[in-house]
Amino acid sequence: MNIETMETHSFDVLVLGSGGAGLRAAVEAAAGGGLSVAVIGKSLLGKAHTVMAEGGAAASIGNVDSRDSWQTHFYDTMKSGHYINNFRTVEVFAKEAPARVLELEQWGAVFDRTPEGLIMQRAFGGHSFRRLAHIGDRTGMELLRTLQYKAISMDISIFQEVTITRLLMDKDRIAGAFGYYRADGHFVVFKAKAVVLATGGWGKVYKVTSNSWESTGDGAAMAYRIGAELQDMEMVQFHPTGMVWPPGVAGLLVTEGVRGEGGILYNSEKERFMLRYDPERQELSTRDVVARSIFKEVQAGRGTPHGGAWLDISHKGADFIKRKLPGMYEQLLTLGDVDITKSPFEVAPTCHYTMGGVKAHAETCATNIPGLFAAGEVACGLHGANRLGGNSLADILVFGRRAGIAARDFAGSRKGDVNIPESQIEEEVTRVLEPFNRPNGENPYTIHEELQAVMSTHAGIVRDQQTLEEGLEKVLKLQERAKNMGAQGGRTYNPGWHAVFDVENMLTLSELIIRGALERKESRGAHWRTDYPDELEEMGKWNFVHEYSPDGDRIKRVPVPTMPLALQEICAKPLAPGREASDNPNQRKGASS
Amino acid sequence: MSDQFVLRIFRGDQNGGEEREYYVPAIPGMVVLDAVHYVQAHDAPDLAVRWNCKAAHCGSCSAEINGMPKLMCKTRLDDYQGQVVHIQPMRTFPIIKDLVTDVSWNYEVAKKIPTFHPETAAPFRMQQWDVDRIQEFHHCIECFLCQDVCHVLRDHHAQDEYFGPRFMVKMAEFEMHPADRADRIPQLKNEAGIGMCNVTKCCTEVCPQHIHITDNAIIPLKERVADRYYDPIRSFFRRLGKKDESSQSVPTKG
Repeated sequence: MNIETMETHSFDVLVLGSGGAGLRAAVEAAAGGGLSVAVIGKSLLGKAHTVMAEGGAAASIGNVDSRDSWQTHFYDTMKSGHYINNFRTVEVFAKEAPARVLELEQWGAVFDRTPEGLIMQRAFGGHSFRRLAHIGDRTGMELLRTLQYKAISMDISIFQEVTITRLLMDKDRIAGAFGYYRADGHFVVFKAKAVVLATGGWGKVYKVTSNSWESTGDGAAMAYRIGAELQDMEMVQFHPTGMVWPPGVAGLLVTEGVRGEGGILYNSEKERFMLRYDPERQELSTRDVVARSIFKEVQAGRGTPHGGAWLDISHKGADFIKRKLPGMYEQLLTLGDVDITKSPFEVAPTCHYTMGGVKAHAETCATNIPGLFAAGEVACGLHGANRLGGNSLADILVFGRRAGIAARDFAGSRKGDVNIPESQIEEEVTRVLEPFNRPNGENPYTIHEELQAVMSTHAGIVRDQQTLEEGLEKVLKLQERAKNMGAQGGRTYNPGWHAVFDVENMLTLSELIIRGALERKESRGAHWRTDYPDELEEMGKWNFVHEYSPDGDRIKRVPVPTMPLALQEICAKPLAPGREASDNPNQRKGASS
Repeated sequence: MSDQFVLRIFRGDQNGGEEREYYVPAIPGMVVLDAVHYVQAHDAPDLAVRWNCKAAHCGSCSAEINGMPKLMCKTRLDDYQGQVVHIQPMRTFPIIKDLVTDVSWNYEVAKKIPTFHPETAAPFRMQQWDVDRIQEFHHCIECFLCQDVCHVLRDHHAQDEYFGPRFMVKMAEFEMHPADRADRIPQLKNEAGIGMCNVTKCCTEVCPQHIHITDNAIIPLKERVADRYYDPIRSFFRRLGKKDESSQSVPTKG
């Protein structure tokens, strides 16, 4: 391979990932003018996992509940994250989310409306007020499409269906990325002064998952390998309501909007069991609580025929359901053989979101690698031990923009040329072509399937020391086998070859999930250990930070940042700000009617 | 229910190819995309297929199943009980490999359309009934099945003369937004070639999002073009006023 003739591009700002966070970052980086900006996507433009977000974007605009405020959004997010979130990240987020949502309207997004003609907001689990700006049950798609058309109207270079396999360094600073075009397999080098990582999560490590094929954690794994710090990897969100039946669609998401619009959960004995687990918030409790409650009901023998709970919204009437949840109505009708306007349907937890990720600075999204910024699901800091529904769409807007600004500033002030040692590229070319030398090597699809089984059994919704240790051993064995993964055929659009790198990334991150889970000897948020069933004050003081070393993963305990007094006072309130003096209004009454 | 399905999947690239037969065990509720994934994992790891969400949100897995343009993730295999299932790539776009086609032309077209251009700053005051009409267009997942089936593009290869149904929907979405002020009527008549559509409604039939592409997007836009250019009285006054539509960088509604 002659590196001299390899396709090479140079940009000031390189954004990896063309989902909501990536596009928002690119739009911001290009907004100032004068800097060259590129976005790289593993899929076609407009197909990223952001389209799967359904319920809405959380922002305290207060169009429906005027007592909502950034303080309440802050309170709810910290509480839901069980206080291991970075308080400053949450503060910035809660303050800026309203402006970011309104800005989308300026760019063409059309949210559902209130009777006053403003953006409609719906109730959601763990939010004290009706807060989620939404468009039926396809808010993520609206957001992504809006950003997509905004980006193509600007001077931004967009590379579609390009897989990045390695981040390139110039000494201790980021210098670009290496990858290949999926269409024909030819290599490409991107030199860049600043890189924004917006590559999403890694929910594909689990068997039952709402995540698309892309969610293989490429960005986090690549960043880890060049020395970026990854934090709170044990925190994986299981969404309470995935489809259960028929098996062909198991795991497919049923939006929390169903509960937000009044859906009720029952066990096989027709009991509304959430009244037992969270009498105050019931179905609109946080996702960790609802998922665990369904799991416990099934364990106790009160599950549905296929091992879940019943979710019923039929009492709201066909017109209402078809208007507010059109996508869900059709998905369950065509794929699940159930008419949700007439009958209840089975749901069970499905892997949904990874709260852990690349440790990012609260205001700039900077990582510990100079010039590398992280935003969206790949980043860590906002969600703590459990993410609130609707906070991810607001997250990608707020921190996508901030990462764009910071990358723009960094690139603008960086002096001199970006130098990438040729050896880095040569090594990577050899590594990426190796699977073709092993046409009869391990099948990456088989390794992936086995990994999913291991992670679901050993590091799923319920954990303990022994199962985790056994799981770790199995993952390490799979990592050994994976060194022998092979590919057949040529380099033209070859998913078997592409899968090799996806699987390597997932194996790296799976190990970190389990190591983090072993380290956190308590139960907190989404992390539930039966051998340590209680949340422990001592453990709540720490974030666990993973560092790559040639000898293996190193975990550091880093103190959770201490809140200033004013924010502590908000968190110390017995009731959410805005609700303390009230009669504790029933959220469910008249929601988005 | 038989315990397996017989699939015939197109394998090949721009140099040609053929259908190959695969057998897939039947699992209740499985969709065509599941079967293709089974083949990929067990028989043909290099079988090229695009997909993302498997939930009809992303519009990646478009293909022609027994001759009908469909999303593979939304097409149940048990609908084909007792039949051989033929899976072919979309025919209107150049093939890359197997079920993957080069749809980049669509992204080129998208860039030509002036985006939403409001004259006032958000937040907007709009009633639900103001936006119901355009929200329908926002359902589009850009699967390009309408582009695939449109005979102007599929049979007459008039990609240089017509943007295709997807972009009529996109232009309708901007054009009918209550706050939009850009004027896309000249573009619709000329570069976008709305006159090429002769209302056979094939696009509406294949739309997995059930958008009434022809009735709600194309016909109203055709009416706007007709009002502007073919209304004899307006045409007379226009000639008197000599409005030059190309003089502004973003032409606005008159």
